[in-house]
Amino acid sequence: MKILVAIKRVVDHNVRIRVRPDGSGVETSGVRMSMNPFCKHAVEAAVQLSEAGNGDEVVVVSIGPKTANDVILTALAMGAHRGILIETDAELETLAIAKLLAKVVAEENPDLVLLGKQAVDDDSNHVGQMLAALTNRPQATFASEIKVTGQGLEVVREVDSGRETVALPLPAIVTADLRLNTPRNAALPMVMKARSKPLAVRPAAEFGVDLAPRLVVEKISPPAERVAGKTVASVAELAAFIASDVSQMEAL
Amino acid sequence: MSVLVLADHDLGALSPATARVVGAVSELGPVDVLVVADDPTAIAQSASALSGVAKVLTAKGSSLADGLETLLETLTVRYQYVVASAGSVGKDVMPRLAAKLDLMPVTDVVAIHGPNSFDRPIYAGNAVQTVTDNQTRHVLTVRASAFRPAASGNAAPIEALDVEVASAASLIATHRTESDTPDLATAQIVVGGGVALGSAGNFQLIESLAKKLGAAIGATRAAVDAGYAPNDWQVGQTGKIIAPDLYIAIGISGALQHLAGIQGAKKIVAINTDPEAPLVKLADVALIGDLFEIIPQLLAELDGKIP
Ligand SMILES: Cc1cc2nc3c(=O)[nH]c(=O)nc-3n(C[C@H](O)[C@H](O)[C@H](O)COP(=O)(O)OP(=O)(O)OC[C@H]3O[C@@H](n4cnc5c(N)ncnc54)[C@H](O)[C@@H]3O)c2cc1C
Ligand SMILES: Nc1ncnc2c1ncn2[C@@H]1O[C@H](COP(=O)(O)O)[C@@H](O)[C@H]1O
Repeated sequence: MKILVAIKRVVDHNVRIRVRPDGSGVETSGVRMSMNPFCKHAVEAAVQLSEAGNGDEVVVVSIGPKTANDVILTALAMGAHRGILIETDAELETLAIAKLLAKVVAEENPDLVLLGKQAVDDDSNHVGQMLAALTNRPQATFASEIKVTGQGLEVVREVDSGRETVALPLPAIVTADLRLNTPRNAALPMVMKARSKPLAVRPAAEFGVDLAPRLVVEKISPPAERVAGKTVASVAELAAFIASDVSQMEAL
Repeated sequence: MSVLVLADHDLGALSPATARVVGAVSELGPVDVLVVADDPTAIAQSASALSGVAKVLTAKGSSLADGLETLLETLTVRYQYVVASAGSVGKDVMPRLAAKLDLMPVTDVVAIHGPNSFDRPIYAGNAVQTVTDNQTRHVLTVRASAFRPAASGNAAPIEALDVEVASAASLIATHRTESDTPDLATAQIVVGGGVALGSAGNFQLIESLAKKLGAAIGATRAAVDAGYAPNDWQVGQTGKIIAPDLYIAIGISGALQHLAGIQGAKKIVAINTDPEAPLVKLADVALIGDLFEIIPQLLAELDGKIP
C-alpha cells in the first residue's frame, strides 16, 4: 500500500496570534511556525501503517513557501520515505490546495491519502473532503482509529453523537483527528537521516491549476472583547449569582 | 434567490441546530429543507413546522459524504445557496460538494451581513475574517450556536424524492454516548469539566451539577483524552462550539483551543484553584478554590433556589 500524506506549515499552535491593526491579516512575520498538529497525527498514522507492513512507501507533500521544507524534514525524520514541496509564496485557498493535491494523486496514485482534519490557521476543515470529491474517492473524516482489513479500511470517526465505524474500499481519503495516535518525536539520528531522503521541489505553476482566489477577504478583525469580571469570596455568593442568572433566563 | 438547507437529525428526530440554520438563512430567500434518513417522516414533520420553510424534501439513505454529495449535486441547480450546520455531517459533506461544483465554500459562518458577505472565525477564534463571495452559487456551513432559531407554527408541504442515496463507504457500527442531558451545541446552560476532575467517576460531580441546572455537559480535550468524558462532550477548536447563556467551567485552565469553543457564551463562571488561570481571568464570575469542596457545597446551596 502506497500512502500520500499532505502536511501544512502553520503558525505554531501555542502562539497567541496578533491581528494587524489595519485589518489586513494576522501577524506571521517573526512568529514560530511548525507542522499543523493534525498533520502530525496523519504522518504518524502513515508511518505506523508502514511499520506494521501495510505501507510500502510513505510520501509527504506540502504546498507553501520554500520554508515549508522544514515540516517536510520533520515528517521524513518521523519515518516518511520521500517528500514533495510544491512551492508558492501565494496564500492559496483550500480549493486550489485540493486541486494541486489532486494532480499529485494522479501522478503518484497512492492507495491511501492521509490529511489532517483541519489546519489550525484557517480552521477550514476542507481539503480532505475536497480532494475526495476531485479524485472521486470515498472518505472518512475525523478519524480516531484506522484498521486495515482484507477489503480496505475500517475507520472510527469522531462525530457529533459519539463515534462511528465506517468501512471504506481503497483507494480512499482519510483525515486525522487528535486521538488517532501520539506522534513521535524523531530522535537525532532520524533527523540527520531525513536530510538524505529524496525531496523534490516543484513550482506550483508547473501543475497547470487555476490558483486564483474565489473569495475576497475584506478584512480580518480581532474578536469582540469580554468585559472584565470579578472574583467572589464564597460558594453562597456563587450560588446566588448562578440562581439569579438562571431565573433571568427563564424570564425570557 | 432560494436556499436549500440540509437537516441535521439524531435518533429519528430533527436536531435543534436545524431551526437555527433556517433562522440564519431565511433572510437570503425561501428555504427548502432536505432530510436524508433511513426513516425521514418524523424529522420532515418537525422541519415543515419551522417558519421560513417553503418545502421539505425527503430521501431515504445514510448521511455518508459521497452519497450525500451526489444527491445534493443534482439538487443544487435549483438553488443559489446550499447550507448545512457546521456539525459533523455538514463539515463532512459541504466541502466535498463545493469541490465537485468547483466552488469555494464559506464555512463556520457566524454572521451574515448580506447576500454574499459573511464572517468566519480563524485561528481558533482569535481573528474573524469577513469575506465576499461573488461566485454564482454559495455553499455554506453555519455555526448554529451563533444564530437564533426560526419560530415554529408553519406547515410546509413535504415531498419525497424518488432517489437512492448510495455510498462507496458503509456504516458498520455506531458508539453513542447515552445521556439525557440537552444538546450541547445549542444548550442554554453548559457545565464543563477539565482534567482536574481526575477520573470518570469524579466527572459525575459535573454531571450532577448539570442535572440540577438542566444543563448540557462539556469537557476539555485533556479530560476526553484521559477517558473521563466521551469525545462528543469536547468543547473547543476541535470539539463543539457552544454559545450558552451560562457556561460554568470547572477545573479548566482555559487553553486557547478550549476558549475557541466558548467565545459566544453570554456569562462565564470559573471554579479553579489557580487565580492566574486564563479562564479565571476571562470569567464574569470566578471562585478560587478546590472543586471537590466547592461542588458539593454548591449543589447544597442551589437546593431550592433552582426550579
Ligand atoms: C490542535 C489542538 C487542538 C485542541 N483542541 C482542543 C479542544 O477542542 N478543546 C479543548 O478543551 N482543548 C483542546 N486542545 C487542548 C488544549 O490545548 C489544552 O491542553 C486543554 O484544553 C487543557 O485541558 P484542561 O483545562 O482540562 O487541563 P489543564 O490545562 O491541565 O487545566 C487544569 C486546570 O484545573 C485546575 N485545577 C486543578 N486541580 C483543581 C481542583 N482540585 N479544583 C479546581 N481546579 C483545579 C488547574 O489550576 C488548571 O487550571 C487542543 C490542543 C491542540 C494542540
Ligand atoms: N498548504 C498545504 N499543503 C499541504 N497540505 C495541506 C495544505 N493546506 C491544507 N493541507 C491539508 O489539508 C488538511 C486540512 O486543512 P484545511 O482544510 O485547510 O483545514 C491539513 O491538515 C493538511 O493535511
